[in-house]
Amino acid sequence: MTDQAVKAAAHEIGRSRLRKEDARLITGQTNWTDNIQVAGLLHLAVLRSPMAHARITRVDVSPALERPGVIAAFTGADLAEGLGSLPCAWPVTEDIVLPDHPPIAVDEVRHAGDPVAVVVARDRYAAADALEAVEVEYDPLPPVLDLEAALADDAPLVHSDKGTNRCYTWPLATGESFESARQRADVTLKRRYHQQRLIPNAMEPRAVMVTPIAASGEYTVYSATQIPHILRIMLATVTGIPEHKLRVIAPDVGGGFGSKLQVYGEEAVALAVARRLGRPVKWTESRSEGYLATHHGRGMIQDIEVAATREGRLLGLKVDLTADMGAYLMLVTPGIPILGAFMYPAIYKMDAYEFNCTGVFTTRTPTDAYRGAGRPEATFAIERIMDELAAELGLDPVELRRRNWIGHEEFPYTSIAGLTYDTGNYEAATEKALALFGYDELRAEQQQRNERGDTVRLGIGVSTYTEMCGLAPSRVLRDLRYAAGGWEAASIRMLPTGKVEVVTGTSPHGQGHETCWSQIAADVLGVPFEDVEVVHGDTRSSPQGMDTYGSRSLSVGGEAVHRAATKVVEKARKVAAHLLEASEQDLEFTDGVFAVKGSPEARKTIQEIAFETFTGHDLPDGVEPSINAETVVDPENFSYPHGTHLCAVEVDTETGRTRIRSYVCVDDVGHVVNPMIVEGQVHGGLAQGIAQALYEEAVYDDEGNLVSGTMADYLVPSAADLPDFVTDRTETPAASNAMGVKGVGEAGTIASTPAVVNAVVDALRPLGVTDVRMPCTPERVWRAVKEASA
Amino acid sequence: MTHIKVTVDGTPYEDEVAPRLLLAHYLRDVLGLTGTPIGCDTSNCGACTVDLDGATVKSCSVLAVQADGGTVTTVQGLAEDGEWTALQHAFHERHALQCGYCTPGMIMAARDLLRENPHPTSDEVREALEGNLCRCTGYQNIVRAVLAASGQQVPEEATA
Repeated sequence: MTDQAVKAAAHEIGRSRLRKEDARLITGQTNWTDNIQVAGLLHLAVLRSPMAHARITRVDVSPALERPGVIAAFTGADLAEGLGSLPCAWPVTEDIVLPDHPPIAVDEVRHAGDPVAVVVARDRYAAADALEAVEVEYDPLPPVLDLEAALADDAPLVHSDKGTNRCYTWPLATGESFESARQRADVTLKRRYHQQRLIPNAMEPRAVMVTPIAASGEYTVYSATQIPHILRIMLATVTGIPEHKLRVIAPDVGGGFGSKLQVYGEEAVALAVARRLGRPVKWTESRSEGYLATHHGRGMIQDIEVAATREGRLLGLKVDLTADMGAYLMLVTPGIPILGAFMYPAIYKMDAYEFNCTGVFTTRTPTDAYRGAGRPEATFAIERIMDELAAELGLDPVELRRRNWIGHEEFPYTSIAGLTYDTGNYEAATEKALALFGYDELRAEQQQRNERGDTVRLGIGVSTYTEMCGLAPSRVLRDLRYAAGGWEAASIRMLPTGKVEVVTGTSPHGQGHETCWSQIAADVLGVPFEDVEVVHGDTRSSPQGMDTYGSRSLSVGGEAVHRAATKVVEKARKVAAHLLEASEQDLEFTDGVFAVKGSPEARKTIQEIAFETFTGHDLPDGVEPSINAETVVDPENFSYPHGTHLCAVEVDTETGRTRIRSYVCVDDVGHVVNPMIVEGQVHGGLAQGIAQALYEEAVYDDEGNLVSGTMADYLVPSAADLPDFVTDRTETPAASNAMGVKGVGEAGTIASTPAVVNAVVDALRPLGVTDVRMPCTPERVWRAVKEASA
Repeated sequence: MTHIKVTVDGTPYEDEVAPRLLLAHYLRDVLGLTGTPIGCDTSNCGACTVDLDGATVKSCSVLAVQADGGTVTTVQGLAEDGEWTALQHAFHERHALQCGYCTPGMIMAARDLLRENPHPTSDEVREALEGNLCRCTGYQNIVRAVLAASGQQVPEEATA
């Protein structure tokens, strides 16, 4: 390699490298799970309950067996042997109610879409057709839909054997008591906010394919999953197939947003059926099926109360959260609201904090992680009530935040909820955002419009958020009763020809890890970006990992890549010192080259060291012929991105229509590996947060049917529904990892929802409106205006 | 079964297909042209968008038999001799995709727009792509990519 090429390789971190992933994705040479075909493949279709709650009195699959192309059909009872309850890895309290969760219902269905039988056929059409032939008789039971009514003593029960719909109660109280804070306060405000249920809508529907080698009892599971490593462990537990006989592959995965952070019944059933039949089996959900069968997000009632002084200083915060678990506890269902528990105090100083969460079973699709997972809900409630408090005190909402936030000189700062925020600069991000937004000018325009009684009002919403991500320090997870750790693994393989393989335990599905991990490795090793290949998503080639969720991949997994590459350099240094007949201390390593200090002509590139190590002909005594390295990083703290989001909306008071006029955000995600990718993550996060504010809701009728049951009935926003965003950054490096990076995947979603709703309410406040329930549809806005003027 | 002749991405095919077979499934399951994905069952998402005889269609809403005698172009047939089209280049350079599942349909829909309207405004791009959903990008970079592919000046992203 020439010197110039060596030079060009350096300083990758911080560059907007175009993505390595794109070539296959823009030419259609993809490997989605549903693309994979193998000889003898059978297709699985799932018959689902049309009722929210019923006893199954009879199910007979035998008529389906008569249908053309059908190979087999199974009820829940047929597969019960060798197919255990689906796992919940986060029993948040000692006395949590953990119901049985059979992958196919046996006696009772508990939500519309609960599986009751499966059919296996030679093609997908035949399998779908034969579902009609399965005979099922149901004895209806009352649906359980209202979270508060479900807790009444005489409420019908989702799980009658448990005697209650209360799943758990999880309390947290820190600082002085809220009651004493309230007594000191000049002002107290109490509000109720509703976090509507959301459907994650990753663009790739879920799919799973299992190929068995019956003779040796080995199985390969291809799944559209975010968590191949966790899935392998859990499938071994659920099916009893030894872990080392299971290989799980996440091929190209088309988005997740938490919905593929799951161990789904269909994955276990496909494995069980492939084992039973000794043939490859594939299941691919239709979108409408996924709306019932793929977990939902949010679904909470938030009662929040603040106590403050007349000057606007927060004294205390009290949150009573009622969270809809849905019908069953899935992988981390109970833990989602608890992730939020630590975030309600947000960036603010206060003396008292009380939090209490009650998890409630209902006869709806289970809830679980959806982008942000607990933190958007918390951020929404605190940022909404901060605006209400500002209005109550006659303060500008930005000024109220200034009076309460942690000053940049106060870091590290232990929040009232007990988190240690390592670094941050809320002042800088806010000043930058206000300037980009033109805050004062917009306030002036707003006042003019209000004064002239314009039918189209201008509203300004602010959200100054932080979040905890980079899941997670293993000991913290222990304390929260999560079943696993939060570390991440990486290894670096130096190939004889000087090329590099980075093996990561993260499992990307759109985030661009192939590009970013290449940048990190290229920088540390001083090799060209193009010479690095990232290997992921296959438990055979990347055996150790904790996968991708919770904005963890860079700050934990990327950090692991960085450390593994650093280890390679240190191992190579020993070999280089030997070959150059110098001491290790006398070697400089720059841009991939070891050189002896003072005699720069004595040099070896790291690629030359890789080859010398491969031959093993001339290594120092006691040094193994490998400079490969691996590492596992357990983070010492979460990462705490923060930022300031500002939204201006125009609300037509006659039609109720809201139009986002401008959206400005300044996020601080620490040092940035690839600014282009970071901006893309922010854009996508904003879109999903705005979607919650304005468009999306999983609506159930009184019988427990999902009314918004197809993509035609659930408004995933299109390009025409969203504005251009103005995004910028401040860069306060994280102190908890060597790279100084923070997560970015969820930040936009966490911050944007309250910014938008605050703007809508701000527009209508002069008309007497103090809240609009999400999503702020034209009808809801129009009604809010009418009710306020009545 | 019905006998059909269809040219897909320049290659002629003849097959016996069930009358109800969707074009999307014909492409994917029969021809193995899996570059065209399926994202929904209500023709809302547009992931499966292809060109059929010069018109843009959602291949989940067209029967394979309706393509008999026709010519289909999918995302797999856009590049010529391995050379990407301007849209493909622009999607790459403007970071207009993340997971990439919507990308084939998005590119096919954008191609149709630029055929009809070679120099669209940003708003026209947004309206034209209304039938194609993306969950990752928030659309901003998709709009930039389409404008860039049309030869218009587009502000650079990823500042700071």
